[in-house]
Amino acid sequence: MKKTFVLCALLFAAVDARAQASSTSDSPGDPSLVEKPAANSEARIQTLEQQVSMLAEQVAWLRGQLKVLADAKVPGDESGARLVLTSAPAPVSAESSSSSVASAAAMRAAAPDAPVPQAQAPQSTQSQTFGGASGNARLLNPDISLIGDFIGAVGHNDVTPMPSLQLHESELGVQAIIDPYARADVFISFGEEGVNVEEGYVTFTSLPAGLLLKVGKMRADFGKINTIHNHALPFIDRPLATNNLVGGEDGIDDAGFSLSRILPAPKGWFVEATAQVFRGDSSDVFTASERQDASVVGHLRGYKDITESTNLDLGLSYARGHNDLGSAFITSLYGADATLRWKPLRRAIYKSFIFRTELFYSLRDQISPIDLSQTMHAFGMYSSAEYRVNRRWTLGGRFDRSAHARNANLIDTGLSAIVTYWPSEFSQIRGQYRYGHLATAPNASFDNANELLFQFLFVMGAHGAHPF
Amino acid sequence: MLQARLIRKMRFYVTKSSALAMAIALVCVMAGSPAGHAENKLKVMTATTDLASLAQEVGGDKVDVESVAKGYQDPHFVEAKPSFLLKLRKADLLIVVGLELEIGWLPPLITQSSNPNIQVSANGYLDASRFARILEIPTGQVTRAEGDVHPQGNPHYWLDPDNGLRVAKGIADKLSEMRPNDAAYFAQRYSDFEQRLKQADEKWKAEMKPYAGRKIVTYHRSWPNFAEHFQLNVVGYVEPRPGIPPTPQHTVELIGQMKRDNVKVIVVEPYFDLKTPNSVARETGGQVVVLLPSVGGEKEVTDYFKLFDYDIAKLKQAFDATH
Repeated sequence: MKKTFVLCALLFAAVDARAQASSTSDSPGDPSLVEKPAANSEARIQTLEQQVSMLAEQVAWLRGQLKVLADAKVPGDESGARLVLTSAPAPVSAESSSSSVASAAAMRAAAPDAPVPQAQAPQSTQSQTFGGASGNARLLNPDISLIGDFIGAVGHNDVTPMPSLQLHESELGVQAIIDPYARADVFISFGEEGVNVEEGYVTFTSLPAGLLLKVGKMRADFGKINTIHNHALPFIDRPLATNNLVGGEDGIDDAGFSLSRILPAPKGWFVEATAQVFRGDSSDVFTASERQDASVVGHLRGYKDITESTNLDLGLSYARGHNDLGSAFITSLYGADATLRWKPLRRAIYKSFIFRTELFYSLRDQISPIDLSQTMHAFGMYSSAEYRVNRRWTLGGRFDRSAHARNANLIDTGLSAIVTYWPSEFSQIRGQYRYGHLATAPNASFDNANELLFQFLFVMGAHGAHPF
Repeated sequence: MLQARLIRKMRFYVTKSSALAMAIALVCVMAGSPAGHAENKLKVMTATTDLASLAQEVGGDKVDVESVAKGYQDPHFVEAKPSFLLKLRKADLLIVVGLELEIGWLPPLITQSSNPNIQVSANGYLDASRFARILEIPTGQVTRAEGDVHPQGNPHYWLDPDNGLRVAKGIADKLSEMRPNDAAYFAQRYSDFEQRLKQADEKWKAEMKPYAGRKIVTYHRSWPNFAEHFQLNVVGYVEPRPGIPPTPQHTVELIGQMKRDNVKVIVVEPYFDLKTPNSVARETGGQVVVLLPSVGGEKEVTDYFKLFDYDIAKLKQAFDATH
């Protein structure tokens, strides 16, 4: 009891002392007011005090804003704010002789004093000249970007025809750090058929034990090509194997959880394991007829720098879910990928080479006219190469071969040659010649396709970099 | 029929449970090996070699410092290789240049590192730009018609020794905050560095004094801070706009301008193609000089002091040769 009383007394004393201190700190402005001529008195001082307190409030609010904006800019901000605060009374008193002073005018009057801290101490480390522009309206807004993807096609293709001209996709990206523990990335694609949330997930970056958790709708970590957005592909179309076995353009893209972690590995190797659980609805690969028809995806990635400019990236993937025939029908997918990259660091913007191969193996349970039920084994693959000739031009090629998931006897073959031109980092013009020996499913006949595709890509706004 | 169904269903359950078991096992393996504990030395990762050099100066033997980018690499275009994650995930402190210099590669690395210490605004994340004096902060509307502009100002601020000092102070303060027991050590290292840098700066300024006001052309806008500190006058760029490769039309204009203004020195960063600068030099009777924007741009340039030693020596040579 006594203790609390003493504590209270102490507290009061402290508050009192502080109040006194603040009143004395206010006083330097006062003498000049007192010395002002004419019949000024209590009333004027009161209005002035009100204005000063109003200013102080505004400064406090501004300071709060600054604190929110500039993470730990504390020392610089505080000194700056204090300078404005102490310099405020003088202009106010000067103008107060003209009787009516709006707070806006006071602010305006205070404004010319703002450069004071800059002029005063160009050498001191903590003045307001330092750091980048912070009066930027974008500061608390997410990064917003839009990527337009315009595709045209000429030539002959009766099996998988494409419109002659189309704004194939407009991808709106909204990305931001949510709080100290998470960031979110949302990509909405407006296509010819409508709007689709391509990806939208939150990533928890501060979990214990080095775990990385993603929750939301995302492109599954199945192989390489499945994770890449359309605009980031090195070709205009997706490989035949993707279309035939792994869900086409959208691929395995589903709502669920993803947990990954870097695993201990021999020196120089980066090994990462990812386990994902999804609802089980992805294009024509997986269909969830019942709530428990979840699909799972597992991915193991190994990466090694062979030299400073050359690296090898290997991956094994597994996916399993239920297909459109019902809960009892399973589709399992196996994938293997290998990527060899070469990019000399000194000439990174002029020369590079990438070779990639992905293999897919699909096991699909389905109804068979002979055995009632059967598991269809289908194999598909593609190999692609990409060579950057100079800063603006890239040449590429791709070989495709893939059976159909529903009928492994139908095997498509394709060949592509690709030329890409980059006017800048933010736009891209691409042409692709595509030959296809394509099977038509109903009557099991083959048709040759010869096409010329062209593409214009443009990026607006700040599009966050995609993972390597 | 029914039997086949039943068998299928059973098979499905078996595989389903085994998949589940696999997932659980995977998670167990993942959780079982916790990330390495912090040793005595602070593990500091920096985006660029210049920051690494400054951190090493003030951190001394109390820190292990490593840079993600190499000194001879264009810091705008570093690849976010997974091998960096192995280092980033164990880092206690990540120091970045900021001002969106690393926007193309660092954010995914930070996210994927799953290291809570170095996430943006976490205690172990330090944006060095907030200590430095920043130039070329655009006012008014910023569009990419200007090329790859940095809306928050020119990020090549470390090429001014005064900024180097400010950043070193910021790093020293951060290190002291993270290791209060070594605060005196870091303060001592900093004041030692300050003294040496100021001394060196006197020397550099004296060396550059005869060339004060000289006009130069640079490839990219990497040199405003350097030019300001050493009183050089950058009058043109080989790039028509930042990040846009040279175009014939702009090159012709540049040659005309250089002839008019009697500009003889073309400064090029080591990661740019010399073809256009060389042809401009031939047309104008000038000289191309490859200056290093970063520590480690050449083998012998191993720290922040040698960076200026090297650049100033090269620049002097070029000025003397063209006059």
